[in-house]
Amino acid sequence: MDFALSKKHEMFRTLFQDFAMQEVAPLAAEIDESGEFPWLTVKKMAALGFLGLPFPREVGGAGADNLAYTMAVEEVSRACAATGVILSAHVSLGAHPIYQFGTPEQKTRFLVPQAKGEKLGAFALTEPNAGTDAAGQQTTALLDGGEYILNGSKIFITNGEVADIYIVFAMTDRSKGLKGISAFVVEKGTPGFTFGPQENKLGIRASSTTELIFEDCRIPATNLLGKEGDGFKIAMQTLDGGRIGIAAQALGIAQAALDESLRYAKERQQFAKPIGTFQAIQWMIADMGTEIEAARLLVYRAAWLKDMRKPFSKEAAMAKLYASETAMKHTVKAIQIHGGYGYMKDYKVERLMRDAKITEIYEGTSEVQRMVISASLLK
Amino acid sequence: MAVIIDKNKCVGCTLCVPACPFAAIDMVKGIAVINDQCTLCGACLEICPVTAIYREEEQACEECTPQSYQGVWVFAEQRQGQMLNIAYELLGEGKKLAGALGVELSAVLIGADVSNLAPDLFAYGADKVYLVEDKELELYRTETYTAAFVSLVKKHLPEIILMGATNIGRDLAPRVAGRLVTGLTADCTELSVDLEERILLQTRPAFGGNLMATILCPAHRPQMATVRPGVMKKITPDYQKSGQLVRESYHSQEVTVRTIVREIVKEAGKVVNLEDAKIVVSGGRGMGSAEGRALLEKLAAKLGGVVGASRGAVDAGLLPSAHQVGQTGKTVHPKLYIACGISGAIQHVAGMQGSQVIVAINKNPAAPIFKVADYGIVGDVHQVVPLLIAAIDEQNAKKQP
Amino acid sequence: MKIVVCIKQVPNTTEVKFDPKTGTLIREGLPTIINPEDKNALEEAVSIASRVGGQVTALSMGPAQADYALRETLAMGATEAILLSDRAFAGADTWATSYALAKAVEKIGEYSLIFCGRQAIDGDTAQVGPELAEHLDIPHVTYVRRIVSLDDKCVVVERALEDGYEVVECQLPALLTTLKELNVPRFPSASGIVTAFDEKKVQVWTAEAVGADPAKIGLKGSPTQVKRTFTPPVKGTGKILTGTHKDAVQQLVQELAAKQLL
Repeated sequence: MDFALSKKHEMFRTLFQDFAMQEVAPLAAEIDESGEFPWLTVKKMAALGFLGLPFPREVGGAGADNLAYTMAVEEVSRACAATGVILSAHVSLGAHPIYQFGTPEQKTRFLVPQAKGEKLGAFALTEPNAGTDAAGQQTTALLDGGEYILNGSKIFITNGEVADIYIVFAMTDRSKGLKGISAFVVEKGTPGFTFGPQENKLGIRASSTTELIFEDCRIPATNLLGKEGDGFKIAMQTLDGGRIGIAAQALGIAQAALDESLRYAKERQQFAKPIGTFQAIQWMIADMGTEIEAARLLVYRAAWLKDMRKPFSKEAAMAKLYASETAMKHTVKAIQIHGGYGYMKDYKVERLMRDAKITEIYEGTSEVQRMVISASLLK
Repeated sequence: MAVIIDKNKCVGCTLCVPACPFAAIDMVKGIAVINDQCTLCGACLEICPVTAIYREEEQACEECTPQSYQGVWVFAEQRQGQMLNIAYELLGEGKKLAGALGVELSAVLIGADVSNLAPDLFAYGADKVYLVEDKELELYRTETYTAAFVSLVKKHLPEIILMGATNIGRDLAPRVAGRLVTGLTADCTELSVDLEERILLQTRPAFGGNLMATILCPAHRPQMATVRPGVMKKITPDYQKSGQLVRESYHSQEVTVRTIVREIVKEAGKVVNLEDAKIVVSGGRGMGSAEGRALLEKLAAKLGGVVGASRGAVDAGLLPSAHQVGQTGKTVHPKLYIACGISGAIQHVAGMQGSQVIVAINKNPAAPIFKVADYGIVGDVHQVVPLLIAAIDEQNAKKQP
Repeated sequence: MKIVVCIKQVPNTTEVKFDPKTGTLIREGLPTIINPEDKNALEEAVSIASRVGGQVTALSMGPAQADYALRETLAMGATEAILLSDRAFAGADTWATSYALAKAVEKIGEYSLIFCGRQAIDGDTAQVGPELAEHLDIPHVTYVRRIVSLDDKCVVVERALEDGYEVVECQLPALLTTLKELNVPRFPSASGIVTAFDEKKVQVWTAEAVGADPAKIGLKGSPTQVKRTFTPPVKGTGKILTGTHKDAVQQLVQELAAKQLL
């Protein structure tokens, strides 16, 4: 078992770290404050191929793999969790379903521009009354001649309004329950497809989160992804992969908390000594470092399994569960280490804590992850 | 000559591994082994507790006859008819070396219509000036100056050549050394002579200024070295002193020239003469912004000094890079160096540790700068510096009769 | 147009830390990087090649692990990469290094321009570039901060001086040494990294392969030798001036006045 990164992946990591430090980090505090979407950063990431990392060259991707993509999300999130989720939602949720389930024609139309970073993608499953209970879809899609008519709304959609391409789930046959859900590709600008205002969030504030509103929105029948009734399967399988991305985001946030805590523990003096010499702080840091290391191994292994085309659903759920809880727990501890200063917006750690919370909720709450893991173990 | 580890003596204590500045020692199956990175510096020789490491001597080169080379030469760099200060500093150092060796000190003056500069060279210590004048030599070009210099060397065989580590010196010296197939040591901070071997010991910073190395050029001549401005000392000039002026010709027809200098442009504000400064007031990132810069400038003006900056301050846009002191900036040797809001990372210290007196002001008592400072004040620069300026004013007022 | 870029893999000396307990540099874990000014050289070459149509050959003399640095040049857009590696090169000073590089450049052949970084952050000599040009008998210009124009016959550059710059016109083939001010090196693209590792090879040339004279390479071919290395003596902690800031400042001024530094 070789735990070392290949030279190629070492170079990837250096690229992501350098990029994050030079291009992402300098803007993080400002865009958190203003909530402004970092378009310029997204364009720079696109130019370097980040938005198509795990996809083959043939479809406009960089030809790298899920491990490289995971490291990209980790390092970008370490600098700015909002920028990290923009990348992750686009690759794992907006582009990947088309890669996995699309026809060649759909790939040309929808995947290639996403992989090249020319268009952003998003994933619309959640509704006001269907969160964890995803099967309770109320958005409908009615077949009418060569078109589907969509009616309904989606909420809390990451990359809402900024994305051009949306994977939208809707009920095509309510009588079939779960098997009556279908997946569609809907483009921004389609008549009848509008957006609600930007949500004012606790954290990842520069990421654009909006409601999607469908009022007699007509899309070509050729925008159906897979077959009618495949929707739930597509959603679940997509979220399996998306989990790895969010786990990587949480890992990046946790690592940033550790970075800040180490720096502060060495610099801050009380009783004429750096506080890092006191056991109380040392033990907090020991726990932080250990759990982050454990999270990293879980996240990378899930990515590796996916690259090896082995089953990875359980491992991805474990990674997401553990990394997000680690991030939450240790960003709180990081503020504690910083004492009063940690509570002030001048210091980074309060933002890390605010950013960490969402990782325990979206793409399947921690409760959902526990369901998935136990179901797999108890089979 | 190689450095060998006797594997029978080696006990695998691994002390030599971190002692090597070039990562040239690996532990293989519990025994220390030297790899390709070895430069023979010998740092490991002293560390080994069981003297398992030794240097294998090699035969001296028989063809080279260093003995036929005599004399210390200095490149008297002039630009557009103005002599650079470094030329006099090199003469000061050259005089010591020539004295120790019991040989002549000569200056090499190349240009067009520059003979009027020769008397100053005698005044600053030269016994002889070799003068090469030609229209082609009016402005520096690598090819013309290399040709002129090399032809002089081949004719007169000096054993040591010193050049200033200026933008021109660092262009000319390696080309000359390359052509003469001889050794060149850059940016020397210390020069001395081993009289027994009749060899020049050239000490210079390496590894970004974090390490000092003493270099030899045992078998090849001339031994060439460049020296940074502000490092060596010039003597008090004696304008009564004269010397021998030797004119040598430049054979332009024998020189292939493939470059043209189209124009020379001076940029105002670019010159920040840190290297010659006697007093430097330097600011770090902790100075903040424009007010911080103004404070530095005020203090510097009070003391008659020059403003410097750490890399952090330059990166933060506090001061332009021409003010940067440190490993990737300039090396300074002032009598007084005041570091304001500078943490004292080695990369900065490498550029100013040669200062005679170092004063540090920093709000962090654990800042490494306090380890190299002669005097330290723990406090916020924005509070301390104004008080310092006031105290200096008071002191100066006291001095008025 | 064929452009050769010489790069060196160096320890990142800007990040090195000092161990105050042992008085030595903490070298373990120091990452190796492409020498920063060599990256500027590479960036310029790749940029020119894509503008005027051409290829860039990256060349490095180093141990086997310099393969990684050359992969990075491929990821940044170099067309091919060559590692000059041989035990016989070990211990080379700048003369012997530039000689070996010259043999490799001759083997590459038909180049119009050679780019080198001005100096490496470990050796800091700035000598290899000019000495390489000398071995190849081509003109060189150092301290290049801007390329004014380039055609197939000559290049015009701005050469930095301490107080400004000069504009120098130079016939091709020529060697230029580059400053940080020349450009901002690009990030390698993700696709570039994949290409560098999965689709391209780093050629390895030995001393024999380039026809190097054994007497002119490595330790044997080096006119200079390192006699010893040592860490510069640490000044040693002086006095921390205590009391209120006013007191401390008074003490300082007294001390400086006594030393006649004011």
